[in-house]
Amino acid sequence: MIAEDLHTQTLTQLAQGLEQGDFTSVELTQALLERIERLGGDLNAFITVTADRALAAAERSDAARAEGEIGVPGIGVPGIGVLNGLPLVHKDIFCTRGVLTTCGSRMLENFVSPYDASVVERLSAAGAVMLGKTNMDEFAMGSSNETSYFGPVRNPWNLECSPGGSSGGSSASVAARLTPAATGTDTGGSIRQPAALTGTTGLKPTYGRVSRYGMIAFASSLDQAGVITRSAEDAALLLGVMAGFDERDSTSIDQPVPDYVAGLGDSLKGLRVGIVRQHFDAGLDDACGAAVREALAVLESQGATLTEVDLPNLDLSVPTYYVVAPAECSSNLSRFDGVRFGRRAEDPEDLLDLYCRSRGEGFGAEVKRRIMTGTYVLSAGYYDAYYLKAQQVRHLIADDFRQAFADVDVIAGPTAPTPAFKLGDKIDDPITMYLNDIYTIGANLAGLPGISVPCGFADELPVGLHLVGPHFGEEQILRASHQYQLQTDWHTRCPEAFA
Amino acid sequence: MTAAWEVVIGLEIHTQLATDSKIFSGASTAYGAEPNTQACLVDLGYPGVLPVLNEEVVRMACKFGLAVNATVAPRSVFARKNYFYPDLPKGYQISQYELPIVEHGEMFITAEDGSEKRIGITRAHLEEDAGKSIHEGLDRQSGIDLNRAGTPLLEIVSEPDLRSAKEAVAYMRKIHTIVRYLGISDGNMQEGSFRCDANVSIRPRGQEELGTRSELKNLNSFRFIEKAINFEIERQIEVLEDGGKVVQETRLYDSDRDETRSMRSKEEANDYRYFPDPDLLPVEIGEDYIEQVRATLPELPDAKRQRFVDDYGIKSDDAAILTMNRALADYFESVVAAANAQPQDAANWVIGDLSGALNKDGIEISDSRISAEHLAGLINRIHDNTISGKIAKEVFEAMWGGEGSADDVIETRGLRQITDTSAIEAIVDKVIADNPGQAAEYRAGKDKLIGFFVGQVMKESGGKANPGQVNAILRTKLGSS
Repeated sequence: MIAEDLHTQTLTQLAQGLEQGDFTSVELTQALLERIERLGGDLNAFITVTADRALAAAERSDAARAEGEIGVPGIGVPGIGVLNGLPLVHKDIFCTRGVLTTCGSRMLENFVSPYDASVVERLSAAGAVMLGKTNMDEFAMGSSNETSYFGPVRNPWNLECSPGGSSGGSSASVAARLTPAATGTDTGGSIRQPAALTGTTGLKPTYGRVSRYGMIAFASSLDQAGVITRSAEDAALLLGVMAGFDERDSTSIDQPVPDYVAGLGDSLKGLRVGIVRQHFDAGLDDACGAAVREALAVLESQGATLTEVDLPNLDLSVPTYYVVAPAECSSNLSRFDGVRFGRRAEDPEDLLDLYCRSRGEGFGAEVKRRIMTGTYVLSAGYYDAYYLKAQQVRHLIADDFRQAFADVDVIAGPTAPTPAFKLGDKIDDPITMYLNDIYTIGANLAGLPGISVPCGFADELPVGLHLVGPHFGEEQILRASHQYQLQTDWHTRCPEAFA
Repeated sequence: MTAAWEVVIGLEIHTQLATDSKIFSGASTAYGAEPNTQACLVDLGYPGVLPVLNEEVVRMACKFGLAVNATVAPRSVFARKNYFYPDLPKGYQISQYELPIVEHGEMFITAEDGSEKRIGITRAHLEEDAGKSIHEGLDRQSGIDLNRAGTPLLEIVSEPDLRSAKEAVAYMRKIHTIVRYLGISDGNMQEGSFRCDANVSIRPRGQEELGTRSELKNLNSFRFIEKAINFEIERQIEVLEDGGKVVQETRLYDSDRDETRSMRSKEEANDYRYFPDPDLLPVEIGEDYIEQVRATLPELPDAKRQRFVDDYGIKSDDAAILTMNRALADYFESVVAAANAQPQDAANWVIGDLSGALNKDGIEISDSRISAEHLAGLINRIHDNTISGKIAKEVFEAMWGGEGSADDVIETRGLRQITDTSAIEAIVDKVIADNPGQAAEYRAGKDKLIGFFVGQVMKESGGKANPGQVNAILRTKLGSS
């Protein structure tokens, strides 16, 4: 007796079903693989579907459950086994042992990773079943998924539209009910903006909360792994497994991981919600603004108090980001030189030719643009004016947040200025594209946790509410999101074609 | 010729730190393994991997800083030095740039005129080594060996305080001694564990402003350093005296041709685009840690040298030689402890015959074929007149050859010195009787012939007669008849 609607269930619901023996992991995995096969083609959400591995893993999970062994012992993370038999997908930026790991780039078109990323390792150890690897903007550089070498991902709500980026394959596959959950990475909004544009829940944790080991680096001081799910509750469940210190990542922070699920039930009474006036300025689409205001009213009705907070340097966040991120990327991407792995130009004449053609052929236009920008801002004579200055502004922005969080528990606003835009609309205008992350970038520069939850529609396209917390404030933004989702059903809405 | 010109030299010494694993990964640092067998994913710069600092290198750098009276920075930062090269896997080298771990140190050397000279140490910073490109034996291709990639280096940068090639070598030797004393490097120059770049310029004597410098790369023997610098000084003088200008450039020393060659000019130099490595946290070192490390410092060469002079009363120059190598100094002290003789005798043997034998066989003091106790035994036998100094040389050779202790050799070979006066008198009588002509000449005033008679007596006794006694008895007998 297998329910027909397994794909509509959240991770938390599926966990209960598995636990109660309503269905097996193999049945669940088969059902989702079938959907990916049938519906996934139009979306182009996957770069790799790992059907055989997924079924083998599901079989092991079922066998372990039958024997009462929950999870794979030995890794010592809290919540071990809690994901036993639950399917999910990984953004193709995470290294997966023995599986193609492309980072959305021609450069790594044939790269099979010899090791698992920390995130992948922890989720697998907790029993999760990987269904495949999702499409993304090349090296996570983009806000529309159009920079992927493997073609753009389409938004399940409107196939003409972008699902956002860079974790567009992850957001689209969760929105289309091809998977209950997906991992993503967020350097300037790459989890939260696609979540907003697809009506899913996207969590970017505090910088250092989740290990970056095995996550192909874009901008090391900004990159953070997180998840895209269908509810805040599911995000809390996954974060509990992913979070924690990793000795292989010096920037991961050694701080206890709380039980994120346990705290979700507390009411919002007395929660101080900060509103940033600039977030509702001219740049914001009217319908989006209305949906977000309505969401704030819901929070208020649940006992939260709304206060205006000032982030005076916030308008500098986009330019600051577009100095810091390219600078780091220009260095991080130097390892792709055609010598040891990845694309290598055929019959190079000499070393320079090998470098120039391997990189020229391997990287797409946006990646090249950022490498050039980054190289420029780090050059002798420009370093002080650009990179150093940007780092100084970054400190100012972080200070603004610190001061704001003296008075409020979360800061709320829109995730993106507009709902999903048409594919092709912004790709030739980088500046307009960059402005899509105007509300999300601040959290990356300051290293803060942020979450986007669905809060309505504009032109029949989803709108996201953005909640930012102080450092290690995941519990409060998850609780606010969960309480909001108890009162609203935006997060349960499914695009018709994928119901 | 150099009377008109003053030479200014600064050295950048690259010391490989003697850790078991690499600076940012767990891979082994052992030398000489098959290519690419000691390079893990981190060393290979694979996508997604991250560096994690080996704490041991921090401790070693700290030790060095304290040993050269430097400031150990409470906060130092790793930066990325960006450039493309096939043996540099990440496309950048992780190094310390603006904030090094060690700053403002000093070192004293003995200058050519014998005076003590202070050489400033600007800084010492931690960095990772690159791999190696291999061109030999590969047809129109290059091979890359990344075993060395990620090996920890301490780059020690001196002030431009050195004024001749000889001073540069003296300074480098001193640093070499220090790092080995501290146990932070094996200092093996053949294997590249200790090498340097030299910045060389000249200026008219009396001029304040520095001349344009050239940088000589990768000098890996004391001899080459001296030759390369001297060649470069001559070259620069020639350029300037011919009315030309020295170009700021990097030059390579070719030891086969004994010349330096231009490698790249300043214009061709890379813009390394340094910036702090976001994958690594700043290194923060507290006072407690520094004191902990200080407590582990061994006695350093200068202090040891002074102590040898003060406590043992040996010559200062000998003390300097003995303390150049910590193991040699330890050996010397063991000999002194086990011998009843004067420490100076011990010093003479260790610096003389023992070092000679070690050099000849190309082995280290730790592998010496004669233990300190045995050498002490030999010295004792000289001291108690069992053997003469001359016979001692033979005993030493035999001991080196594995014939056991001095006593064993003396016994087996029957080398005990003849000190029995009547026995010596008998030989003397015989020699005088055999050489009546010479005896007559001596008595007629040809004093110099005493040497001839001593020689004859020693020969007759197989070298075993006590030379002092022989002399005295000869004089008595030749004079009294």
